[in-house]
Amino acid sequence: MKFGVLQFPGSCDEVDALKAARRAGDAELIWHADRDLGGADAIVVPGGFSYGDYLRAGAIARFSPAMESVIEFAADGGLVLGICNGFQVLCEARLLPGALLGNANLRFTSRQVDVEVLYSGGPFTRACGLGERLSIPAKHACGRYYADPETLAAMDAGGQLVLRYAEGENFNGSVHDIAGVCNEQGNVFGLMPHPEHAVDELIGGSADGLKIFESMRMSVEAARA
Amino acid sequence: MRARVLIRPKVGILDPQGVAVERALPALGFTGAGNVHVGRLVELDVENPAQLQSMCERLLANPLVEDYEIEMLG
Repeated sequence: MKFGVLQFPGSCDEVDALKAARRAGDAELIWHADRDLGGADAIVVPGGFSYGDYLRAGAIARFSPAMESVIEFAADGGLVLGICNGFQVLCEARLLPGALLGNANLRFTSRQVDVEVLYSGGPFTRACGLGERLSIPAKHACGRYYADPETLAAMDAGGQLVLRYAEGENFNGSVHDIAGVCNEQGNVFGLMPHPEHAVDELIGGSADGLKIFESMRMSVEAARA
Repeated sequence: MRARVLIRPKVGILDPQGVAVERALPALGFTGAGNVHVGRLVELDVENPAQLQSMCERLLANPLVEDYEIEMLG
């Protein structure tokens, strides 16, 4: 099982994502200008400030050659995880519904947050229990998830609202306390908190983030069996 | 041709920048200003103005959360 981790100019969390993915399987970096995904079984679009976050976070990265291949990969059912800036890129690419807006508190905020697993049946959370709380760091200025009410109702009915901030943890003002969502097919998932920074209790505050990468490994292996 | 694109948050979506500016004005003694919204301005030369709307839809604005207006400057 091999993860491919994208790297844009301005990415800053791709090495942590690579190291986290290597705890669950093999992993290689994919430079943004490269259309070849190197035979990866799953893709991670990492956090950072791709292309300097100019215009809107993720707006320019979305058109990179590697992302064009990721869009095709996702259309074929491949697993794609977007973390923080990666979540913004996936929304801009319309692989995920909704958009991420400036934090309601107007601040870049960095803190450990508790999120609750609302849907544990999908490929990104199958190693988690339903309702389980994960302790994961978050650090961003544009993490306020927004989608219109009709879209939210459809997402709720379809099990697409995967993670929500626990009570009192929604510092960015996301609608319905949403922290992570998946697409209708369930193979593309984005979240604002950083599971790749929480894979080691000694330095991550918890190892809860590893469950996301483990879930992806289990899903790829189950699809092969 | 020179064109100007005005991009603003859609009505009804919280605009924290607008709120912050609205709160800062009275602190400077400017009373009576309200309903403040902060957007973006893009000015560009275009050979084919017919492409402007597509540019807005695909890149310059995010139509899910922003409205835009195109103005030709001649």
